[in-house]
Amino acid sequence: MIQLENIIFLIVAGLGIGLFVWQIRKIRKNVLMGRDVDLTDNPSERINKTLLVAFGQQKMFKRMLPAVLHLFVYVGFLVINIEVIEILIDGVFGTHRVLAFLGPLYSGLMFINEVLAALVIVACVIFLWRRNVTKLPRLASGVEMRAWPKLDANFILITEIVLMFALFTFNIAGLKLVQLEGGEVAGSYPISQMFVNIFGDNPASLHIIERAGWWFHIIGILAFMNYLPSSKHFHIIMAFPNVYYSKLWPKGKFTTNPAITHEIKAMLDPSYQPPAPEMDAEGNPIIQRFGAKDVEDLTWKQLMDSYTCTECGRCTSVCPANLTGKLLSPRKIVMDTRDRMEEKGEHPAIFAPNHYKELGVERVETTDEKTLLRGYITPEELWACTTCNACVESCPVNIDQLSTIMDLRRYLVLEESAAPASVNAMFTNIENNGAPWAFSPSDRFNWAEDLYVPSKN
Amino acid sequence: MEENKRLVKVPTMAEMAANGEEPEVLFWVGCAGSFDDRYKRVTRAFVQILEHVGVKYAVLGTEESCTGEPAKRAGNEFLFQMQAITNIEVLNAYNIKKIVTACPHCFNTLKNEYPDLGGNYEVIHHSTFLQQLINEGKVKVQGGEAFKGQRITFHDSCYLGRANDIYEAPRDVLAALDADLVEMKRSRANGLCCGAGGAQMFKEPEPGNKDINIERTEEALATLGTGNGVIATACPFCMVMMSDGVKNKEQEESVKVFDIAELIAQAEGLSK
Repeated sequence: MIQLENIIFLIVAGLGIGLFVWQIRKIRKNVLMGRDVDLTDNPSERINKTLLVAFGQQKMFKRMLPAVLHLFVYVGFLVINIEVIEILIDGVFGTHRVLAFLGPLYSGLMFINEVLAALVIVACVIFLWRRNVTKLPRLASGVEMRAWPKLDANFILITEIVLMFALFTFNIAGLKLVQLEGGEVAGSYPISQMFVNIFGDNPASLHIIERAGWWFHIIGILAFMNYLPSSKHFHIIMAFPNVYYSKLWPKGKFTTNPAITHEIKAMLDPSYQPPAPEMDAEGNPIIQRFGAKDVEDLTWKQLMDSYTCTECGRCTSVCPANLTGKLLSPRKIVMDTRDRMEEKGEHPAIFAPNHYKELGVERVETTDEKTLLRGYITPEELWACTTCNACVESCPVNIDQLSTIMDLRRYLVLEESAAPASVNAMFTNIENNGAPWAFSPSDRFNWAEDLYVPSKN
Repeated sequence: MEENKRLVKVPTMAEMAANGEEPEVLFWVGCAGSFDDRYKRVTRAFVQILEHVGVKYAVLGTEESCTGEPAKRAGNEFLFQMQAITNIEVLNAYNIKKIVTACPHCFNTLKNEYPDLGGNYEVIHHSTFLQQLINEGKVKVQGGEAFKGQRITFHDSCYLGRANDIYEAPRDVLAALDADLVEMKRSRANGLCCGAGGAQMFKEPEPGNKDINIERTEEALATLGTGNGVIATACPFCMVMMSDGVKNKEQEESVKVFDIAELIAQAEGLSK
């Protein structure tokens, strides 16, 4: 029977979902600021990768403890969402536990649900502990871990714990109510059964508690969903497309700029006809910068990377430059890209927490330039990279930090000629001697002199 | 007994082409292999192996030029493509099909980045090449220095390992030595860079509290433990960085840094 409660629910759910869609559209617009790149090849390989890395959490398992704890939260999220579907149906149509007709399957589902909800609480408590008490370096330190990222992480963990408690509250109260009425319990609730008497046995108050828990849970979920776009927790959605569109070719293969190829070919062969430049909507040729100075010079995939980052710091914790005290932190590169994107685009979120700067001395000497390069990321950081791909390898959601570092470096070199002097000397050596060192090309074959091998007989 | 040896005349592509011949494989020596005094020994060891097994190979000699790799990693795409396009003209003019190189940086660039610019070759790293020779029984790893029981740790090159997923070939080569192979904690996909990649080889490190090669050398030394040991590499830049690290730690008497080709040439009795 549909009552006022259901109508209120419908309005609340509609507002929650509508607001979320509105936010997603803004984020989509931000990501599409990036340059176009075709990443639709090999769909079957991409699907496989998505199943393994995103659904299967493959790369998480490089570190066992967080992998197992994260798995609890991840599977909990997936399974509990089935109950959320039920909540939505119940909420709209005034039914109660509408999926109960599934019988033993429903019992099993509710059983697993409760166990997982308990494990989610355990995992989140340990996660909070690691962040705030043992202060795991990759989670607790780094110039990019300013006030907001730290608050965001704690807020997510606490919210998840609170949501799980709300779930238990309405399960316990509902269970007790059914037992008092002597009815048959739909589903199996091992955890709630243990605490079935904590809310007393007054049916009226139990009913209120059950409803309050139910409403808190669903409103909490809707609110949390709308919090996602402002948070690192957005990875629960973005991880899937980001892995799907990730690099299929060897990590050592860096992109080749065809515009430069045409220029060189025209230089070497005057009869070479480069293709006509692409035109924009007004019919003017699109002049592409060499390398990246700002977010629109990066590809949409590189921008999507930064919406996928969950700031776990695995990349930074394996970066040889960062490990030896250099300024470079691959995580910062990704977070800066997001900050800059949201500064330049419209704020995609309800609020813009990423601009939550913190007081304090930072070694990163940015300028006031309103660009990703120098305004956020300094040449010192970029020049510390050894291009070793450890960051890319470590990322559980296939972010390509290195490609962004390289594109920014290319801008420094190709548009500003701003390489360190010794690197410029290396360029000159290659140009003049065909080797990065100052040796004469005529000596290149000298290594072969006076070389002997034992005779076979 | 006086040792019988013969002088090697390293064949060049120019000579082969003049004789209307084509090699099975082109040995791309690379700049370090051509000019760096330490790495020239690796080039020579690898040629000794090629000569020993009788592979029909050739080098470009003075026609070889930098692949452009350091320029590309440093962000100079223009210079990289200039080098690449020029090299591809040379390689294609000689109708090169297969290339072997002892440098993972040359390997990665030739294999992965030249195809977009019109250079399509079968490119293999010398670790894979040596692995094949051992598997085929062409190199028996006997007759020379014995490595049995010697502690050896292999330092993964980023451009061989993570960049191209080649982890087992160099280890298989070392396994043929019957030595005591020990792994560093950070190895294979989790290997720590020597600090030279991405054009770092050609510049001073940015400000920090430690040099990357020292961090890595400390790990290698701790893994080898006390006594004599070998840090095996398969990359000219790693070779320089690890050798410098060992010197910095004043361990050069007890710990040697060798390329896998040198170890095989020694074990096969081809070089001293």
